[in-house]
Amino acid sequence: MQNAQDLELLKRQRAKDKRNDKIATALLVLPYILLFSTFIIIPVLFSFILSFTYFDLIQTPRIADLYGLYNYVMLFTQDSNFFKYVLPNTFTFALAVGPGGYIFAFVMAWMLSQIQAKPRKYISLALYTPSMVGPLFITVVWRALFSGDTSGYINSILLKNDWVDEAIQFLQSPEWLLRIMIFVSLWSSMGIGFLAMLAGVLNVDKTLYEAGAVDGIKNRFQEIIYITIPQMKPQMLFGAVMAIVGSFNTGYIGVALSGANPTPQYSGQLIINHIEDYGFIRYEMGYAAAISVLLLLIILLFNKVAYMLFGEKD
Amino acid sequence: MSLKAMQVNPKSFDKSQLKFYAILLPLSFFMILPVVYTFSSALKPLDELFLFPPRFLVQKPTLQNFNDLFRAATTTGVPMSRYLFNSILITVLFITATIVITTSTGYALSKKEYRGKRLMFRINQTALMFVAIAVAIPRYLIIDGLGMNDSWIVHVIPYLAMPVGLFLVKQFIDQVPDELIEAAKIDGANDWNILFKIIIPLVKPALATVAILAFQFIWNSSESSNIYIITETKKTFVFYLSTLTNVQNSVAGAGMQAAATLIMFLPNLIIFIFMQSRVMDTMSHSGIK
Repeated sequence: MQNAQDLELLKRQRAKDKRNDKIATALLVLPYILLFSTFIIIPVLFSFILSFTYFDLIQTPRIADLYGLYNYVMLFTQDSNFFKYVLPNTFTFALAVGPGGYIFAFVMAWMLSQIQAKPRKYISLALYTPSMVGPLFITVVWRALFSGDTSGYINSILLKNDWVDEAIQFLQSPEWLLRIMIFVSLWSSMGIGFLAMLAGVLNVDKTLYEAGAVDGIKNRFQEIIYITIPQMKPQMLFGAVMAIVGSFNTGYIGVALSGANPTPQYSGQLIINHIEDYGFIRYEMGYAAAISVLLLLIILLFNKVAYMLFGEKD
Repeated sequence: MSLKAMQVNPKSFDKSQLKFYAILLPLSFFMILPVVYTFSSALKPLDELFLFPPRFLVQKPTLQNFNDLFRAATTTGVPMSRYLFNSILITVLFITATIVITTSTGYALSKKEYRGKRLMFRINQTALMFVAIAVAIPRYLIIDGLGMNDSWIVHVIPYLAMPVGLFLVKQFIDQVPDELIEAAKIDGANDWNILFKIIIPLVKPALATVAILAFQFIWNSSESSNIYIITETKKTFVFYLSTLTNVQNSVAGAGMQAAATLIMFLPNLIIFIFMQSRVMDTMSHSGIK
């Protein structure tokens, strides 16, 4: 009798604990879920919906013509700037800064793992420093260095050594702007993805290299391909994702460096700037949203490739 | 002929390392050149800024540019100290709130069982590649709709959910043994105690990393002041400095711009130097599986 009562009590206590645990868990995750949904998920969905409408911020949005597809049809058939400049620029830039910066970061991380801890600390600090300077620094300092008048430091070096006859308008000439954007972005691309890969290389089990040497691995390159990279796949993937995000996040620099949106003759115009141009300058929100959707799809595509290369196969 | 196995993290110097130094040293020197240039320009007196051809390093360093910068503030009607105060307050609030939110969520995501947990982690992992500017317009409409326009909370609230932060903290909490938490529970600890007495002390490196990322983001971001804030006294330091630096190609302003840039940049550098080993510790658990 006593036993049955105890059991009942214990059962009830268990149920109560379980309920309390559920409430506690909900409270723990709720703030993040709310903020995450409001400012990340809903904007993405909202973008998708807006892309099927006409919306100028003043009138209520209405469904676009052609079953709502008008914006997309316009984007793919009428926007000549988009196909002639914006899309090619975006791909050139994203490929150079994304995969380019990524390979650069990996090579640096690998080399750093081959030297002693003390110098490694200082050299990695120097390499990481440009990634934390912030947009203001990038704009001010690089604009000053590449400035087209004689106060521009790089121009003054070129002039002094007679390598050029007159100052090059680096930031205003279509020929130079995109290259300089890539250069500056690569300079600041060694961010946390680089640090993750450095940690990854350092954590590879050393005995594997000795085993590899016995098993007939012939050179450093083979070592990297067959041992280092497979062993640090998770960090490689994290680094890749960060590189992709970084390459799309630094899209502001064309406008920041040249001081104009659109950039001179669309030479440094990236999708991000095109969205801003239509959204915040021309107030064609529906059209801007359609471009955003395309951008999100492009990022997703890059990401898929990264997961295919380094993701764990299920 | 068999290969001498790769020496990772060598304890002592060897001649074979020279080739790496030969590449790494010039490169790292090159990477910090623009930073050196900024230091030097910020300390240059007016005549050296006008010099042609320009000299890279300052000859007679002066703090005049910083003086000018602080005085220029008064012409806008709002003293510079006000912007600086706003920025410091916002930064402190933001970092504290992000850490509390990411740690509590990371704890639940790592150590609790609930429905939708795996899905939540997957979605967060996908959101690592979220590019905020891509959805700037709907974000603007939502923030406007919530009535947060021109309120100081708009500097903080929209940016609090940091997918990267949650990801790193969750991966780090995974390393905390479950037995430790079970033992604490038997001793009568609730989730609150576990979070503050066990999880937070054990995952300090990850929290330091999140704090750095949060700092770098919020301290350098002028988006909220640019788009959502109208009242001048609610704007931030970086916004104020960017208005000073918007004047293009003015040599006279160049010294002041360099000084402003330096003031923005130095806190980032100093904080990172102090936390570097903790960040590296976090990064060894950063892999995506």
